[in-house]
Amino acid sequence: MPLSSRHLLGLQGVPREDIQLILDTATTFREVLERPIKKVPTLQGKTIVNLFYESSTRTRISFELAQKRLSADTINFSKSGSSTSKGETFKDTVKNIEAMKVDMIIVRHESAGVPQFLTRISNANIINAGDGRHEHPTQALLDMYSIRERLGKIEGLKVCIVGNIAHSRVALSNIHGLKSMGAEVSLCGPKTMIPKGIESTGVKVIHNIDEAIANNDVLNVLRIQLERKAGSTIPSLREYHNYFGITSERLEKFNRDIVILHPGPINRGVEISSEVADGPYQIILDQVTNGVAVRMAVLYLLGTKN
Amino acid sequence: MKILLKDLQVIDPSSKLNEKMDVLIEDGMITSLGITNSKELKDAKVIELDGKICAPGFYDMHVHFREPGREDEETVISGSNSAAAGGFTGVACMPNTSPDIDSAEVVNLIKERAKNHLVNVDVIGAATLKRSGEALSPIAEMVEAGIVAVTDDGAPIKTASILRSVLEYCQMYNIPVIEHCEEPSFTDGVMNESEISTQLGLPPKPTISEDLIVIRDIITVEYCGGRIHISHISSEKSVELVRQAKKRGLNITAEATPHHFTLTEDSLKTYDTNYKMNPPLRSQKDVEAVIVGLKDGTIDCIASDHAPHSIEEKEMEFIYAPDGVVGLETEVGLALTELYHKKHLTLEQIIEKFAINPRKILGLEIPSIEIGKKANLTIFDPNLVWTVDVSKFKSKSKNSPFDKRLLTGKSVAVINRGQMFYEGEFIKI
Amino acid sequence: MNIKAKIIDEDGLKRTITRLTHEIIERNKGTENIVLVGMRTRGEFLAQRIHEKIKEIDGSDVDLGVLDITLYRDDFRMRLKQPEVSTTDITFDVSEKDIVLIDDVLYTGRTARAALDALMDLGRPNTIQFCVLVDRGHRELPIRADFVGKNIPTSINEEIKVKLKESDGEDAVYLIDISKEA
Repeated sequence: MPLSSRHLLGLQGVPREDIQLILDTATTFREVLERPIKKVPTLQGKTIVNLFYESSTRTRISFELAQKRLSADTINFSKSGSSTSKGETFKDTVKNIEAMKVDMIIVRHESAGVPQFLTRISNANIINAGDGRHEHPTQALLDMYSIRERLGKIEGLKVCIVGNIAHSRVALSNIHGLKSMGAEVSLCGPKTMIPKGIESTGVKVIHNIDEAIANNDVLNVLRIQLERKAGSTIPSLREYHNYFGITSERLEKFNRDIVILHPGPINRGVEISSEVADGPYQIILDQVTNGVAVRMAVLYLLGTKN
Repeated sequence: MKILLKDLQVIDPSSKLNEKMDVLIEDGMITSLGITNSKELKDAKVIELDGKICAPGFYDMHVHFREPGREDEETVISGSNSAAAGGFTGVACMPNTSPDIDSAEVVNLIKERAKNHLVNVDVIGAATLKRSGEALSPIAEMVEAGIVAVTDDGAPIKTASILRSVLEYCQMYNIPVIEHCEEPSFTDGVMNESEISTQLGLPPKPTISEDLIVIRDIITVEYCGGRIHISHISSEKSVELVRQAKKRGLNITAEATPHHFTLTEDSLKTYDTNYKMNPPLRSQKDVEAVIVGLKDGTIDCIASDHAPHSIEEKEMEFIYAPDGVVGLETEVGLALTELYHKKHLTLEQIIEKFAINPRKILGLEIPSIEIGKKANLTIFDPNLVWTVDVSKFKSKSKNSPFDKRLLTGKSVAVINRGQMFYEGEFIKI
Repeated sequence: MNIKAKIIDEDGLKRTITRLTHEIIERNKGTENIVLVGMRTRGEFLAQRIHEKIKEIDGSDVDLGVLDITLYRDDFRMRLKQPEVSTTDITFDVSEKDIVLIDDVLYTGRTARAALDALMDLGRPNTIQFCVLVDRGHRELPIRADFVGKNIPTSINEEIKVKLKESDGEDAVYLIDISKEA
């Protein structure tokens, strides 16, 4: 049974069967990653462009590795900011790249909606590698894969996403994906970091980190960065750490099994303490490994779909 | 030349006229109204217009003609052609050109370009130099050159203290100050803030951004007098604030655009930049409040905020794409479809909002349909069903979210300055 | 299903497996360096049976793995349906081993080609030997089996259907006519 769409733009509205298929297929690729020769010829002759308009070393490397392990030909195209100031429009850039006969475009962009825009101007399969504060579907898929690997299931689990939800593309994808897989999702962060009307996605919002630790099976801890205008949403990183940071003292207080995810890169001492980041609850490096397998699964399922 | 318009329903709210009659125009003047005799018919060009409405010429007090600076997007002439095709005999154009309209020279340039056109092009001057909100522009000089209002459109007048100066200065010339209401610290947003912006991951712009400036402006007018016209009002709260201000007798007027009484933020779901506007498309309850405001007179007039943009600039990543929509050629159709046929406004009210009120706000003479007057007329068919086709627009730009939309009601002809625009052509009459 | 003939029945299958197992042991002069790899899906069950048989004959418990060749197929672009991938399950090191690769039917040889590539990616075996239950001819690649249960010359309009208890509820091999099926 193939995926219902030829693109992966986000997880909103993606049927549960599709998510299930991607996660199951990722298991196959997880095995490939354990082999002495971590490469299969499946996408031989396919050309994939990584179109990154925003720097993101780890997502790009993960995609690139996934492509190479499937034997696809890979081109990286990185540019930052609006293209108009440099004379060529985004559309022209895409048309030029497409004229070189590419099969798939992986896109990362500062503006939400760019993957949708791409589907209108290109015939390639489009995979969203993060658009604005909208979605980052492969990150959510690898998060779900990692949760399932550790806890054996997703359905019925209580998952709390902690941090700057308003500026996160990971949060929205996780919300849609986890809800679709039957998990109970809540959000925790300072009120200034919770976007208006997020409850409409069917999540609960809390502002107390102890409550989040006490009531959840999984915490997905987002990276906190200082905003462009420092102090406009939180007074300081120090204050954030004191009131929302995940520390071993907090975890020990509740003395319960909990799984901690983090999409990376980690800000030690801000959203998570070093002790926790290296401790027994976290599965941060598994997420990284699984990320390659999940991306291989998505590339395989889209790249071989007729 | 003699031209006879037969079997029109003539509606002129100023004189409470609403009758079926023939209109005879000779050398641009109305020479006969009523039943025409055969003598008059001789050597006259007769146009059969049974069932069409004849009203005083429509006026759009908020258009961007991009000249000088971006003549690739629109010129005074192409914009005026678009206005004529859309059913307008007059427009007022906004000063955010390049250079800005902040000197008598630029005002003269636009007047010069427009002087032979059917459409009267009035000019709105910049309130402050380069619309930067720092120093007053030469308002008296520009008034002398013919401006009808001032504005820093694209943004509100930056500070309350400059706004006060502008208001006080303009009182000497009895021209209104037109305000684009948007609190500057929220300008990062690209769509209305709501659960939809959250789900689309687009930076939000809350309605309070508009409301705060509306409040500031009302309070300032209350304190120092003068007149403020709120352009493209879009939020429920702002409509209510204007309603209250009017009740208190303040000189506050307001306009609404067709997109703000027709579309909601739901349209953004495809990330189509043709729906990107400023103020952004709001929620259903805001749309309803705008319609109520139009009904009860809180909102005085309808204006398009006609904002031409080139295809390459609109076909861009959402957050980088410019705001705005070309509106002149869909405006009358949308008003008739959404307001008249949905029974929110009568034809008389529609005509008031298009022909009478905008001219009142700008202190212009209101054309009336009387024997001996110059013919300044808009003739429209309220029941004509047509499909919008942007490729047929007279405007140089095609950035309309209404392409392919089915509308009921359309302008058929306009007459002004001894010219008639009918069946796609300008005719000297 | 338009059955033309039942070529092997349950007893016949038992005998064939016994014979194939003996041939494998004989060719390799014992079972010491042998590993068995069955190809999904029916090759896997045949491999299990050969594994059992080896145990019965000389008491040794040779390594047994399962190979999924989906990722190595050469026909992604031609197929209308996307093949479902499943996992390769080979937990032992294949280097320096004598691999006996087991499948149900040998036809064009393309599946075997994919399997060879897949095995080479797992290490460097000493030899790879190919064991099939049925060889029906019509090769498109220079591939032959080392151990063949039964050679069945077929026409293009025919198909071989291997049924095994583990997957199909019975043990039998049928010759099917597909020409009349519209």
